[in-house]
Amino acid sequence: MNEETKLAAESELAHAPLPEPDTRPEEDLSERVKTLSPGQLVLKRFFRSKLSVIGLVILVMLFLICFIGPLFSPDMDYKTVDYDGAEQITAEKITYEVNGETYTMYDIQYTPSINLKGAPSSKHLLGTDENGRDVLLRLMYGGRISLTIGFVVILLEMIVGVILGGIAGYFGGVVDQIIMRIVDVFYCIPQMPILFICSALLSANEINGFARIYWLMLVLVVFGWAGTARMVRGQILSLREQEFMLAARSMGLPAGRKIFRHLVPNVMPQLIVQMTLGLGGIILTESTLSFLGLGVPIPYSTWGNMLSCLTKGDFSILSDHFNIWGPAGICIMLAVLSFNFIGDGLRDAFDPKMKK
Amino acid sequence: MVKYVLKRLLIAVFVVFGVTFITYALFRMMPDNYVYLKFQATSQNNPDWEAQAERVMELYGLNVSVVKGYFTWLGGALRGNFGNSFIDGSEVVSKIKTAIPVSFWMNLIVTLLQLVIAIPLGIRAAVNQYGPMDYATTVFTLLGISLPSFFFAAICIKIFAVDLGWFDSSLGLLSIDFSGNLFQKIINMAWHLVLPILLMTILSLGGLMRYTRTNMLEVLNADYIRTARAKGVHKGSVIYKHAFKNTAIPLVTMLAGILPGLFGGSYVIEQLFGIQGIGYVSYQATIQGDIPFVMSYYLFMTVLTVLGILLADIMYAVVDPRVKLGR
Repeated sequence: MNEETKLAAESELAHAPLPEPDTRPEEDLSERVKTLSPGQLVLKRFFRSKLSVIGLVILVMLFLICFIGPLFSPDMDYKTVDYDGAEQITAEKITYEVNGETYTMYDIQYTPSINLKGAPSSKHLLGTDENGRDVLLRLMYGGRISLTIGFVVILLEMIVGVILGGIAGYFGGVVDQIIMRIVDVFYCIPQMPILFICSALLSANEINGFARIYWLMLVLVVFGWAGTARMVRGQILSLREQEFMLAARSMGLPAGRKIFRHLVPNVMPQLIVQMTLGLGGIILTESTLSFLGLGVPIPYSTWGNMLSCLTKGDFSILSDHFNIWGPAGICIMLAVLSFNFIGDGLRDAFDPKMKK
Repeated sequence: MVKYVLKRLLIAVFVVFGVTFITYALFRMMPDNYVYLKFQATSQNNPDWEAQAERVMELYGLNVSVVKGYFTWLGGALRGNFGNSFIDGSEVVSKIKTAIPVSFWMNLIVTLLQLVIAIPLGIRAAVNQYGPMDYATTVFTLLGISLPSFFFAAICIKIFAVDLGWFDSSLGLLSIDFSGNLFQKIINMAWHLVLPILLMTILSLGGLMRYTRTNMLEVLNADYIRTARAKGVHKGSVIYKHAFKNTAIPLVTMLAGILPGLFGGSYVIEQLFGIQGIGYVSYQATIQGDIPFVMSYYLFMTVLTVLGILLADIMYAVVDPRVKLGR
């Protein structure tokens, strides 16, 4: 009997109406647990590091100043400011006697009233340089060229490096051997001297003006891509042995798709870090070349050739006119420093071994 | 191991070949070569200058195709005949020999200072990760990497030589009005080298410091370090004996790569301070197209670079038994 009642009770329960399906738990879960995509995690880690945020802020400010600042001035960077064509004429009367006769002579000097090496004033916040050009204006135009060169060069380097490194790493064998030997050669070339030679070559072929900037970028790319290619190849060598590549192969995907859709995205974190750190290096290289007078030609200003006035033998600029060369140096330093801060922060942020 | 080294050496020979060929080809792409210009300058009192220029150019293989000219140069170089500098006619080897010592000693002192300063600081930073010391080291390091050498040099000259007057701001290794005996001469030269050496040290500290810190952090997170601490081993002993020994592995390999750096000059610093080291001399030779000098010097540097990389790889296997060379 006992058994029967129990069964009955159970069956009664079985006939009872079903409870309303509870929709709360799902909402609760998403409220309680904050899901972050890998990208969000990286961003979160990145913004937690103070140094990388500082770097980002500095960089954004430099960009805004360089690209928007010159719009408020009617002048170009190579224009001699404060020169309205007026000339100051000084006449000096010189009298001298030869053999008892008196000669009178006037020494007349025309001095164009250019504001040379002017001190900082309300009109020229950073003063004027040794050719009477506004330093602040040159600084902003120079920043445009320096930063643009950096970005263009690193982008091209990355494209060449990814394509060649990807092909070498994926195919291996003879292809790898051929590409890597070329990479070895370009990796071992002493960079600075070869850039000197290329600049001398550009000068000898009389490539001047704006075209020279394009050539300079090309030269920087040609002698700079090898590092990226090496890195990409190394990463792909280990990635291609993993399971997801086996899956890709069993799906019969073509090689190009496997390389550029499946392998390269996995190299992206290291690539982005290397790019950011490399940007600083390129800006430094370009400015060193320009400083030595081998980079971007006058009249275009870059941060580097604003300092080249120190190599022209006028020692007073170094000792007395910090406002002419100091700001450009500080700008280079700030730009490179912020790229390094950002790159460092990104490396930590991308590192899955980092806690949280 | 032997097979691996042999293979690498073979590749190294190929790389040296490639690098020198590219350098040579670039030089030959210049429309006016140095020899021609030099003889043209003497054209007024030398009616025979064109024939003479032709002869010198033939001697150096400059009037044939790039490939042929390259092998002419290479053949000479392999037999130990590096030719004479175009600029001053002196023998290339002796010219390199006179220019290298200044740069070499400067580099040596810089490297030693770098080791003594950077490694302990790197360890400190890693031990106190995210502490004030670590942040200070990171900022200082990145500042050192980010400062353009010419700007930093200019600032230092302005502050220490011009404003404070601690150093002589004139160019060169000796004061202009110098007179005295050998001992005073050495002191005077040393005085002129203090600022450039300090500059180069500060600028080069960053990389090594960062490298030490990264590797030290990796080792400090290892299990055996925790075990040692749990056993009650003294903290200093854990850091300097257990952890540092393993950090030294990547450091040793990095030091093997320093080899070429010792013989190269700093172009910018030597230029700004007027030191006639190898950096200055080779810079002048490069922009003037002095092919025999520059080719020989770059050959030397490339050989050192390639050997440095190879040495670093071999050292890696020597100090770390887990690493197997091969393939």
